[in-house]
Amino acid sequence: MTEAGGATVATRLPRMSRARRSRPPAQRVGRALMGVALALLLVIEVVPIVWLLLQSLKAPDEFSANPVWALPEGLYWDNWREAWTTGNIQTYFKNSVIATFPSLFLMIALGLAAAFGLEVMKWRGRNALLLVFLAGILIPLQMVLLPLFTVYFHLHLINSLWSLIITYTAFGLPLTIFLMVGYLRAVPREILEAATLDGASLYRTFVRIVVPMVSNAILTVALVQFFFIWNDLLLSLTFISDDGKRTIQTGLLNFTGQYGQVEWGPTFAAVSMTVLPTLLLYLVLNQRVMKGLTSGSLKG
Amino acid sequence: MDAVLRDRRAVVAFVAPALLVYTLVLLAPILWSLVYTFYSGNVITGFQYVGLDNFERLIHDDAFWTAFTFTLKYGVLVTVFQVGLGLLLSLMYVFYLRRGSALVRTLVFFPVVLPTVAIAQMFAKIFAIAPQYGLVNAALDAVGLDGSIQDWLGRGNTALLVLVLMDVWRSMGFYAVLLYAGLVDVPEEILESARLDGASGVRLVRRIVLPLLGPVLFASLIFSINGTLKVFDTVVALTNGGPGQATTPLTLYMFNNAFAFGEYGYASAIATALSMLCLMVTLALFGFARRDVTA
Repeated sequence: MTEAGGATVATRLPRMSRARRSRPPAQRVGRALMGVALALLLVIEVVPIVWLLLQSLKAPDEFSANPVWALPEGLYWDNWREAWTTGNIQTYFKNSVIATFPSLFLMIALGLAAAFGLEVMKWRGRNALLLVFLAGILIPLQMVLLPLFTVYFHLHLINSLWSLIITYTAFGLPLTIFLMVGYLRAVPREILEAATLDGASLYRTFVRIVVPMVSNAILTVALVQFFFIWNDLLLSLTFISDDGKRTIQTGLLNFTGQYGQVEWGPTFAAVSMTVLPTLLLYLVLNQRVMKGLTSGSLKG
Repeated sequence: MDAVLRDRRAVVAFVAPALLVYTLVLLAPILWSLVYTFYSGNVITGFQYVGLDNFERLIHDDAFWTAFTFTLKYGVLVTVFQVGLGLLLSLMYVFYLRRGSALVRTLVFFPVVLPTVAIAQMFAKIFAIAPQYGLVNAALDAVGLDGSIQDWLGRGNTALLVLVLMDVWRSMGFYAVLLYAGLVDVPEEILESARLDGASGVRLVRRIVLPLLGPVLFASLIFSINGTLKVFDTVVALTNGGPGQATTPLTLYMFNNAFAFGEYGYASAIATALSMLCLMVTLALFGFARRDVTA
């Protein structure tokens, strides 16, 4: 959509630039104001993050001796070391990875299969069932939190990362199915037909033909869901209280509770660490992220 | 081919696993949660049937209504600003930056993907007063506005301000991209003929662009208000509901009732009230939109 948008805007361009030369002064002032607004906008959006990263490299006495906007005097990596080891960020990081990737895998495997069954297979009631799945997008987490806690409590899954994996998987299904149904709609049916004529079973066709064809979509969906899971606070706060099992968000919350008031250096380092994976992913794949996140929200 | 695609067993094989997980983890717990509203107690003490007591308590609970009011206030404020600023940004992308907007769009969008806890920590430090001034207080100090230096998160009104600011900061770029996608779909011919008719600037936007953007704008509003009424992460990470109860939304009030006070039934009643609130606001917006179209 963004690509097509770029083209429309581009065709609009020549006409406008011709008009620009004969602009009255009022419009020139307007354009100057726009420039200022734009500069301000970029400062507001970008400066806090840069500030955050720089603060993480300040030595302890710099915080009290220098103004808060001063650049660090050197690269004080001890903050990072302390946050990573003493502050347990390494444990939280590991737990987040352990919870995130199995959830992503399960969610996409189950979601893609279901989307195939709902969109490509032909049977009565498939539209109704699709609606039942999509209704899940609207359900507030709060409505299911306590029953889930009760069940996990009895199954001894509280303080186990499995409680998170199961819940993330289920909560990711509605959006995954919704997006996958959209992508599967674009898969030409003739290809499936050709595969079946060649004697491949439906399951084989699904694994060998359909999955590779939507691999691009799988990456987009995985990316979108990654951000939801990685940034989750409510579920991990509810199901995990053992410090050794905390994920990165609850861990950081706990960390800043312990160190945050006094030790700014390690706190900034810890915050930087949790920000970096998402920041790097975004730097590399931003167009895909923007497309994925917005398409997931709007067409529901 | 058709026969293959109508194979009942294959349908079950494809759909059943997802449906099973979905039903067990989402659908069944919703009903269960509704049942909880008629009980008191929790998973450790056991449950006792109390009829409609939880709902009666809800009506007379001042703390509930404080949280309710805060939730509404917060939801409306954040929605107005994030969709409003998103709209202004998207107009800027299309009409001012045009082809050069890709970089700006990407930069303004990015805070959406950052973890809330991390952003909240950053904002806490930006607005800090002790042990040293954060960016804001230091800036006020530098320009001589000593009177305005304060504990931003220490008082209800300013804490709300910081919360709203943070949520708007982080999500306006998201709505800008959403609305931008709607704007570039506006047919060029319509804009061109409106220009020929002498419409320009604000008038062009108000009379032509906004009505055409209607559906996307409406969807953004629905999405935004439904997200902000359920605010949890932002508040927990930045103020934890304080000072006192000043910034406690329904979600946090529910969470505290469940896990600090062990009142599952009452917490479920609060969750139900929250769901009803979201539903009513959404329906009200739909009703409003329909009246607007027919008028």
